[in-house]
Amino acid sequence: MPGALRRRGVREMMPSRCEIRHGRAAGDGLASRGCRLLTLVILAMAGSPACGGDVDPVVLEAQAARVAAVRRGMAAAVSIFAGDAGGGSGVLLTRDGYAATNFHVVQPAGPAMQCGLSDGRLYDAVLVGLDPTGDLAIVKLLGRDDFPAAEMADSDLVEVGDFCFAAGNPFLLATDLMPSISAGIVSGVHRYQFPAGTILEYTDCLQVDAAINPGNSGGGLFDAAGRLIGVNGRASFEKRGRVNVGAGYAISTNQVRNFLGCLKGGRICDHATLGATVATSAEGRVVVDDILESSDAWRRGLRYDDEIVSLAGRPVRTVNAFKNVLGTLPAGWQVPLVYRRDGRPHEILVRLAGMHAAARLAEIVSGGGDGERPQAEAGRPPLSDTVREVYEPRPGFANHHFNVLERDRVGTALASAAAARGSWVLAGRLEGGDEYRIEVTDTVASIDLPTGTSTVNVDDALDRDPAPAESGGLLAALVLWRRLVIEGPGGLGGTSYWGTAPRDPAALRDGATSDLVDVLETSAAGVQARFFVDAAGRVVAIDLWTSPDTDPCEVRLVWPRSKPGARWPVRMVVRHGAEPFGTFIIDDTDGGTP
Amino acid sequence: MTRCLAAVVVVWAGAAAVSGVAVETPTVQQVAAAAARKVVKIHGAGGVRGLEAYQSGILISPEGRVVTAMSTVLDADDIDCVLDDGRRFRAELVGVDPRRELAVLSIDAADLPAFTLAADGRVSAGTRVLALSNLFGVAVGDERVSVQRGVIAAVVPLEARRGAAEAPYTGEVYVLDCTTNNPGSPGGAVVDARGHLVGMLGKELRATTSGIWLNYALPADEVARGVEGVVTGAAEPVAGKPEPFDPRELGIVLVPDLLDRTPPFVESVVPDSPADRAGLRADDLVIAVGQRSVATRAAVERALGAVAPGDPVRLAVVRAGAVVDIDVGPRPRGATAR
Repeated sequence: MPGALRRRGVREMMPSRCEIRHGRAAGDGLASRGCRLLTLVILAMAGSPACGGDVDPVVLEAQAARVAAVRRGMAAAVSIFAGDAGGGSGVLLTRDGYAATNFHVVQPAGPAMQCGLSDGRLYDAVLVGLDPTGDLAIVKLLGRDDFPAAEMADSDLVEVGDFCFAAGNPFLLATDLMPSISAGIVSGVHRYQFPAGTILEYTDCLQVDAAINPGNSGGGLFDAAGRLIGVNGRASFEKRGRVNVGAGYAISTNQVRNFLGCLKGGRICDHATLGATVATSAEGRVVVDDILESSDAWRRGLRYDDEIVSLAGRPVRTVNAFKNVLGTLPAGWQVPLVYRRDGRPHEILVRLAGMHAAARLAEIVSGGGDGERPQAEAGRPPLSDTVREVYEPRPGFANHHFNVLERDRVGTALASAAAARGSWVLAGRLEGGDEYRIEVTDTVASIDLPTGTSTVNVDDALDRDPAPAESGGLLAALVLWRRLVIEGPGGLGGTSYWGTAPRDPAALRDGATSDLVDVLETSAAGVQARFFVDAAGRVVAIDLWTSPDTDPCEVRLVWPRSKPGARWPVRMVVRHGAEPFGTFIIDDTDGGTP
Repeated sequence: MTRCLAAVVVVWAGAAAVSGVAVETPTVQQVAAAAARKVVKIHGAGGVRGLEAYQSGILISPEGRVVTAMSTVLDADDIDCVLDDGRRFRAELVGVDPRRELAVLSIDAADLPAFTLAADGRVSAGTRVLALSNLFGVAVGDERVSVQRGVIAAVVPLEARRGAAEAPYTGEVYVLDCTTNNPGSPGGAVVDARGHLVGMLGKELRATTSGIWLNYALPADEVARGVEGVVTGAAEPVAGKPEPFDPRELGIVLVPDLLDRTPPFVESVVPDSPADRAGLRADDLVIAVGQRSVATRAAVERALGAVAPGDPVRLAVVRAGAVVDIDVGPRPRGATAR
């Protein structure tokens, strides 16, 4: 059969040696996605003699392209060895050594492990962050800042039939540190796999027929160009025991990207829940069949029997589709939700809660209280000096050292863009034309509005009076913003790095993407606040809660696009719950004298 | 257009006879997408959680004729076919070909994408293929069935068994180099590089001599002959079934078979027997043997009979309202029931 299956100029199925020598297998090296390929094939099969003749250069090019892609994948592949605790695979994501792997690979290993690369060297590595629900973990290889990292592709563009290959450490064979490669095609996309054992849930994952065996866990799944599309972690096993049977599953890179900020921050990350469950109705629609009245979705108006149309910009037509979208989202993100009631669509921005209590996550991370963990810990060698320098255990964190690193990175960016250190004055007009004036000093914060003046004393508990009325605590948010900028996250007590979140959640509505920005979390003076900080160190949003399970005061800061070095935003939009509180156009600012 | 179209001339050195034919070669992605629309997900009566009965089927007419593997999944009163677009249809069992172990179903639909089932033409070893099936029941609703790639490794007569029973079909099959022998795969489609149907994935069988799970497909022409026989009523009679197996061989004493449909409650467990060591207890209700759900004492004996000697016996029992899995260990050769 001439004219083999192909795509993007890379042969999906390598011709046999004999075919190459005949030059019978056609290829073009040019065909782009979705294009039909016209191949003029000369049929001359009768009385085929023994192998002989030249190799079509197209075949050689395709082979060279594949070899190059595999080489890229191999370079980024990590073989993890954790002594008696086993091991697995990983894949380098950044040049400074952050690598992805599975939670179930590092959980038995503890905070330190040895990681081999195909350069033949063994590196010390330390645990950074854990996502037990999504079976993901980040470790950091130590000792270099020029590791060969994989390029992360957009996994939503992967199609069934795409060539793919896995690079990893199946059966822990890579004792020479050379990863094994297994090739195949993508068998399915957007797969949902029920939780196995305790809570590991594979949502929106890629299914492949490339061999995924025990030990491949945590390793990279790559496309035909050698770009990372997923992290292998699971396979269907049945009657033959724990060996590949043609159905392996990989966590998509798009899901990895959503959790990467939280993981690099040394945290134990949680997945999102809507606070509502859905079921398929008799008419085949996905409807709310249970909802918590304490959930944000309820406060935004979602009710029983409402039909879910889309979540985070992705259409929801089945319960699995709903679980798929939700499973890719970290706890605490705000995303658009479209529901239909009485034939009319409604769109809301909904804040997603965490699936698990922090204590439950900690219990899972420590081995679920099954008694195995202490034994494993007892048998572990003491941490080396190299690892001890970058490892700090703390309840609620996988490795608090990295939270401080990330918090201080954001702090440095904040300082570079900081407004001045004195009293802050923001003044101008509200969108309706009325004038306002805000002043925040070391001791007091006040706001003059057409409805009157509100004041809070900075040293008081800020949750007592969420002033001005109906704002949910605007003055408290401004007080903490100023303290964060002036004192830095280290100075403002109880501040940690929270992770990343979309800069503009509403933009996700049409399936578009939104930049992820860093988020810092502060608990101070009886309130809790999250600060969203962009790459230039500008605070673009503040959410402030005066008590849990209520609506926060949402402050959105719009910075001048034309002036990248601007010290103040031009506009401040404040919202509390369903009601907009006001849009403040900032004409006049004063930061006092430094 | 010019970017997308490439004319490639392949010269076979030393060609004796030359004839030029222009052929459009679809991509793997296109073949997979088109073929997946012609494969259905089949669900049996359902039943106990974790033991859902499911397999795959192939649409062979736009009016809703489906060919699939003959299996216990079809023993249900309600057989559902879920199309690629998520539409669910109640299927009628038209008939079975017990020799080829295939079944023909019919759903009340029109204008469906369907394969053409050719009654002649075999492909040879070395042919590259895609296998499409709902392995492990991964796809539900409008989710697409799974696609695997492989090569026809051999075209050989089938020598296989299921449990202790020899497979009744002994004609040629395509042996595949990819793992298609999985739960849910039977009835799936095997297509060539152009998306033409070349075979149907068969039941989960093992090679008689080696005991290895066989990855194989019934060639399309055999499928066509089987379907023809079913539709015209000329299918051969049912082949022999495996002998029932007495559960007492494993130390399991079920309640006496007083009624037609005595539920398989455990009366007692022989001390220090395999069942005893595995933790089976009196008053447990056996609801499944392996993947087969069982509702009667006789069904337990038949299901145990279908387990090959030496293969592990796994029971699912209901105990205090919860389902408990019991691994009894290998089935002895043993005597047959009654």
